[in-house]
Amino acid sequence: MEPAIYEKDVLLIENRSVIKEKLRKGDVVIVKSPKNPNVLLCKRITALSGDRISGLFSSKTIPRGHVWIEGDNSRNSSDSRNFGPIPYGLIQSRAFYKIWPLNDRGYID
Amino acid sequence: MTWRAILTTSAVVAPITAVSLDIFGYVAKVEGISMQPTLNPTGESDYIFLNRWAVRNYEFARGDVVSLMCPNNPKQKIIKRIVALEGDTVKTISYKNRKVIIPKGHCWLEGDNRNHSLDSNYFGPVALGLITAKAKRIIWPPTRWKEIEFSNSIGSDRLKIPFANDDDDDDEDNF
Repeated sequence: MEPAIYEKDVLLIENRSVIKEKLRKGDVVIVKSPKNPNVLLCKRITALSGDRISGLFSSKTIPRGHVWIEGDNSRNSSDSRNFGPIPYGLIQSRAFYKIWPLNDRGYID
Repeated sequence: MTWRAILTTSAVVAPITAVSLDIFGYVAKVEGISMQPTLNPTGESDYIFLNRWAVRNYEFARGDVVSLMCPNNPKQKIIKRIVALEGDTVKTISYKNRKVIIPKGHCWLEGDNRNHSLDSNYFGPVALGLITAKAKRIIWPPTRWKEIEFSNSIGSDRLKIPFANDDDDDDEDNF
């Protein structure tokens, strides 16, 4: 998720947006990994269900109840480009503010 | 009791109750026929205990009956049986591929009532992270307390034994 978020950064998270299904494209979310439910990932929502994602040769529509997530650091991120769209139910919370390190604090956008 | 006493008691009891339900489990009413004859065999609703403590590490066995968020609609909770775990090969009933190898972190779920169930045969392998609780015990009606263990062998015919001799391997596919 660099350069927006680095390892060891501390974020404030909320789950009201998740429960009310008010998440939007561009939100940074904490999700349970589809490869291992004991692992949490921090990625950005880049497409919602119904949206189209275009790859090199084909385009795909995100199925109902799913989202597409990607890490900002596209070269070094295991995300939907790797494991496909994830069901909405795996999303745990939304990260909205960075509180540490202090010189990089502020709202996450 | 004064209003103040009621309010302060509620302010303590409510969060403790909410957290206990979240961590340990709660009783739920089973709707529908997709798990017949195991659950709701006569159409009348069973009440079961949904054990959330048992899923905290996401350790499952084939044959477990679990509750989960529907992959197509996170607001809908469904109850199905785990037929296969990651790495298994499943012979599907009505899925787009005849055989599926279950990917890492996923499982294959089916309702016991084969033809009346919205399950993995419709939406494919399901991520384990969507599972919310294990169902092991029927709580109500009391006449059904006897059936407290769900058979772990139901669904074992759905698995393809990996070392069995097989000619039709060419239509195996990842989902």
